[in-house]
Amino acid sequence: MHLISERVQATGDPAFSKKVKEVSQAGLERCYQCQTCTLSCPVAYAMDLPPHQLLRMVHLGLKEQVLSSTTIWLCATCETCVARCPQEVDILRVMDTLKEMALQEKVKSKESFIPIFHNTFLESIRIFGRQHELSMVVLLKLRTRDLFSDLDFGIKMLLKGKFGILPPKMQGTKEVKAIFEKTKEAAP
Amino acid sequence: MKYAYYPGCSMESGTAKEYDQSVKAVCQTLGLELEEIPDWNCCGASSGHCTNFRLGHALAARNLALAERMDMDIALGCPACYQRLKGTRHEFNENAQLREELPDLICMPYQATHDVRHLLDIIYSDFDIEEIRAKVTRPLTGLKLACYYGCFIVRPPKVVQFDDLENPQSMDILMGALGAEPLDWSAKVDCCGGSLSLTKRDIVAKLVSDIADAARGVGAEAIVTACPLCMANLDTRQKPNGDKALPILYFTELMGIAFGAADGKGWLQKHLVSPVALLASRGII
Repeated sequence: MHLISERVQATGDPAFSKKVKEVSQAGLERCYQCQTCTLSCPVAYAMDLPPHQLLRMVHLGLKEQVLSSTTIWLCATCETCVARCPQEVDILRVMDTLKEMALQEKVKSKESFIPIFHNTFLESIRIFGRQHELSMVVLLKLRTRDLFSDLDFGIKMLLKGKFGILPPKMQGTKEVKAIFEKTKEAAP
Repeated sequence: MKYAYYPGCSMESGTAKEYDQSVKAVCQTLGLELEEIPDWNCCGASSGHCTNFRLGHALAARNLALAERMDMDIALGCPACYQRLKGTRHEFNENAQLREELPDLICMPYQATHDVRHLLDIIYSDFDIEEIRAKVTRPLTGLKLACYYGCFIVRPPKVVQFDDLENPQSMDILMGALGAEPLDWSAKVDCCGGSLSLTKRDIVAKLVSDIADAARGVGAEAIVTACPLCMANLDTRQKPNGDKALPILYFTELMGIAFGAADGKGWLQKHLVSPVALLASRGII
């Protein structure tokens, strides 16, 4: 893995870099590229940009590559990198900020199933106030046209009574819907 | 002792019902009273915070505010919910803008007067280990266990502030008090892949198989967890290379069984990799 040259800065977008730093408040400026995050990351092997490189590219303003990377979606949010970073950079906040920006700017992702998962997961909460695992999983499988890959597990889990069949009962669904409405717009 | 109980979605009616049942049985034996937070909502983990900062915090905050009305600390068993609720409480204290916005977003007052605690912390910290040992009627003698803490009980340390970051001990000490033999191993705080389970099966299969291999490598006969998501991933996605898949148990299932709970066998029926033969072979059930 190599460091990306400062010369790349000529093609970068400084406004993007500034925005990520301001929104995330993650201390990204402190990153000295020690690669502890990448060495600690359980998913780095599957990412197109290792985490330390992604951070460097944010710093250099390489917006398109960063927002379209698989890295931001494959991050399992385990926070091992955050716990071990000697410079106390809140790498998870950077990842979350980038995901939020990629969704707002409708950047097409190479990992399209994961944004669909998040969307489906949140929709279930918006409707029921709580997660209804069974309908969420079925809807996700339909939306990703991936009906059969987990069918054997699904049936086993159903037979074991692992899935609640009926949707959860909650009184305050209107209050939860109101939270979704109020937070729809990006923060001022 | 009385806590405001937040079951969370998977423990209330879903894939981790047996965790909820065993939590309640153990708390009853220990004299810990759990009063469910009325009309709680999903904490949003992990899709809320990673796609919309304010939504993630507002979903968690509604539960914090409801518990504050009960004038009690929150107790919960799901580490993902724990990290969300505790994380929002932390952010509320640190972030002035969010502090101002949150009550309006949830239409409720909130002042962060009460704490959020995982049941592993409560059971480990609020009781003398001898008290736990004294309740054991069916010791887990000789059972070799790999205690698996995963991510959100120990991370991020600034927020959760419980146990050692890299080599936590609380679950090991509790299992030792039940008569079991907790083992030193290297994957205690490794990640199981979390919610990638539904979209990146291959990644999760690799991560959980690595964890199970590490446990097997030190001679563990089962893995103990305190997390519904770790349970779901390890119980369904292990790909043992010529070996048998390792059974996974909630720490409260083992505590309940050791305390002589009558419904212990019922919890174990829910697991895909059955721990029944192992526990029966030691005369534990």
